[in-house]
Amino acid sequence: MDKLLIAKSEPLWNTDKRIISLISGLIVLLFALPHFGLNSFYLHLMIMIFMHAVMAQSWNVIAGFSGQISLGHGAFFGIGAYATSFLYVQYGISPWISIFLGMIVSGVAAVLIGIPMLRLSGHYFAIATLLIGISFQVIFQRWEWVGAASGVWVPMTSGDSLLALQFHSSKMPYYYIFLVFFIITFFLVWLLSRSKLGYRLRAVRDDPQAALSLCINVSNYKIIAYVISAMIMAPMGSLFAQYILIIDPDRVFNIEISIIVLLITVLGGIGNVWGPIVGAAILIPISEYSRIYLGGTGGAVDLILYGLILMLICIFRPEGLISFFPKNILERKKQR
Amino acid sequence: MISEIILQAMVTGLMMGLIYALIAAGLSLIFGLMDIVNFAHGEHLMLSMFSSFWLWSLFGLDPIFSIPITILLMAFCGVLTHYFLIRYILKAKMLIQICATFGLSIFIRSIAQFLWTPDFRNIDKPLLEGRLEISGMFIGQPQLIASLVCLVAFILLYLFVTKTETGLALQATAQDRHAAEILGIPSDKMFAIGWAIGLGCVGVAGGMMANYFFIFTDVGINFALFAFVAVALGGFGSIIGCLYAGIIIGLVESLGGLLIDPSFKLLYVFAIYLLVVIFRPQGLFGRY
Amino acid sequence: MKILSVENLSRSFGGIKANNDISFEVTEGTILGVIGPNGAGKSTLFDLITGYTKTDNGKVSFFNKDISGLSPDKISSLGIGRTFQKLKPFADQTLLENVMIGSFVKEDNIKKARDKALEIIDFVDLIEKRHHFARELSTGQRKRLEMARAMAIEPKLLLMDEVTGGVDQKTIPGLVELIKKLKKSGVTIITIEHNINIIMEISDNILALDQGKRIAYGTPKEIQQNEEVIDSYLGTVDAT
Repeated sequence: MDKLLIAKSEPLWNTDKRIISLISGLIVLLFALPHFGLNSFYLHLMIMIFMHAVMAQSWNVIAGFSGQISLGHGAFFGIGAYATSFLYVQYGISPWISIFLGMIVSGVAAVLIGIPMLRLSGHYFAIATLLIGISFQVIFQRWEWVGAASGVWVPMTSGDSLLALQFHSSKMPYYYIFLVFFIITFFLVWLLSRSKLGYRLRAVRDDPQAALSLCINVSNYKIIAYVISAMIMAPMGSLFAQYILIIDPDRVFNIEISIIVLLITVLGGIGNVWGPIVGAAILIPISEYSRIYLGGTGGAVDLILYGLILMLICIFRPEGLISFFPKNILERKKQR
Repeated sequence: MISEIILQAMVTGLMMGLIYALIAAGLSLIFGLMDIVNFAHGEHLMLSMFSSFWLWSLFGLDPIFSIPITILLMAFCGVLTHYFLIRYILKAKMLIQICATFGLSIFIRSIAQFLWTPDFRNIDKPLLEGRLEISGMFIGQPQLIASLVCLVAFILLYLFVTKTETGLALQATAQDRHAAEILGIPSDKMFAIGWAIGLGCVGVAGGMMANYFFIFTDVGINFALFAFVAVALGGFGSIIGCLYAGIIIGLVESLGGLLIDPSFKLLYVFAIYLLVVIFRPQGLFGRY
Repeated sequence: MKILSVENLSRSFGGIKANNDISFEVTEGTILGVIGPNGAGKSTLFDLITGYTKTDNGKVSFFNKDISGLSPDKISSLGIGRTFQKLKPFADQTLLENVMIGSFVKEDNIKKARDKALEIIDFVDLIEKRHHFARELSTGQRKRLEMARAMAIEPKLLLMDEVTGGVDQKTIPGLVELIKKLKKSGVTIITIEHNINIIMEISDNILALDQGKRIAYGTPKEIQQNEEVIDSYLGTVDAT
């Protein structure tokens, strides 16, 4: 009885003071960072890290939490990008509204794709999503209504405009917008991983058969994970479109997007909430610097590195780099 | 007139289908053996086309003469793939296995792009050229020969797997690698052989296609996608199923392109994939 | 009061009749032991009752409600828990997390779900291992894990597939005690068991299968004296 009482008195999860102060310190630092005179390259680098961390987190939700490997996740990024740019150009709808419309469209697309596809498991699903990712690109390349292969050009406002989500004088506003989305996303996903839903998704991932015996409707939970994942991805597409203002199918539906989210997550640590941050913080600088110093023609050099890193991680560290961190700081302490 | 065009499209589709079948057979063999999908299959195909191209361009070897070299190079490449990558991920989770071969595909494609640029190349004046006219239909000679060679290779592969001792050992390993080990069949060696043969198939297809296809670094992507579809259609691990599935895909592609819109060829094949995996997840045909 | 009734249940796999016209009933609060040689169809019977395998023929009723044809998650929601012969723990999660996934069925609040899971883990006597990953546990401990996980959904009927199979001899008495304790707490149990001494000790009734057919049903005493059972299964084993 004694041991049971002790067990019950344990905190639900690690409330280690060090980790809490570390995280809050980091958040403060990130908010203060632009005021230390970062030039626009470093601002861009940070923006890309935030964006890719969120994109990878999106993939982490479907692949890491529920165990379904999507190789076409770029589709939802593209949907988000098109939602804001197209609605703004065609109907003058403020991007702030269409970010949410993009999320909804993405979520609906995920349901429509998910219902037939998530009945498939393993390789079948992975191959199907690969085909979906490419199909989206093919369709948008031919779809005249949304500008076909030339894409959508968002007309520039004359100055900075919060309403139109365009800033030309400095990258700083983009920095803060991406930062806020980044923090919110990670907070929500952290909550998700600690919730009943999170527990059940991991059950579906680890053993769908056993999950069924615990009243878990496996296919429904897979679809829920897919929808959540799609809705995390879409706003990044929207914000990216606002950031570069010219989008076309080859850029926002590129298979490279699907590749990089997978790579970041696997590199950082799949199934771990913090994995995507570690992955993005390491990979994005490598990618941006290699583009600068090794030449960016065709983007092949960074891709060579991606492929190499991915294979090395799979061989030597399948749990990702996060597994180098001492376990008892990240996870609940094992009490004896 | 219309029926002639359709007939022409069917013949074209059939010829493409035989090539898809051989590529898919290589994929299926590897999958059947160790439950690993080679996501770098398209890149291996691309490598075999480049092998053919460089042997022509540097040494003046015509693709039909260089094909044995290409096959050997690809088989060697398969063995390397096994020993340097696959061996380490055999026991890993499926997710890691997918990521690993996916990583290999990115790696090969971008290295190729780095070394050879993304330019399109083709082999000038190969020995196989021109086209035949058979009762009003025009059939490209290299295409015809390529598909016939693929068919022959396919038959040889099938005979090898079902009739020879090594082939039977491969099947035994595919069914139960531990039981096979007890019978004295070393699974590691079998896996290496499987990779060598699987990529050898790709070598045949790539080498023959180099005669008439544009050669560029992304050329493999669509072929790999079609091979994935063919393998799912034929039933994962089934070799003979790949033949039927390859032909179905070739026909769907060329007839869909003719009758609806050629720019959506991928989508028709994709639709077939979805229909099959949803309604008949075990594939259209059984194992072996 | 009968909790489960199985009528004329049949299922074949490619010509082999894994279950052939099986009927029996289970009374609430009792333990039914299922015996039979390997390949007799015991695990298939479990899969048919819990919806993991579709029936060809026949009917399964739970509290007089027809449940044949329902999906496994629906059936477990009605209050039928199970363990698996080939163990299926959530390997990458701790024992506590494994059991919590079960206790979340009846409890949305995470703290309450955790406390309930801890009580069940204590019940199966693994409280010290609560933060160990399932893959780090021994076979016997994983069997307890599966029992705990199934108990956490508060089942009215619990199907246990070879709880004592493949575990260390020393741990068997503990597992037997556990089953008895479970029965006392009011759960009805169907258990597949190879160890004939255990089955005789714990069961109220025994169902004997052979080659997919029911060959006997009755109290342990009756089964011991049934010639068909002795022929096909008990053989020379001294059942006393």
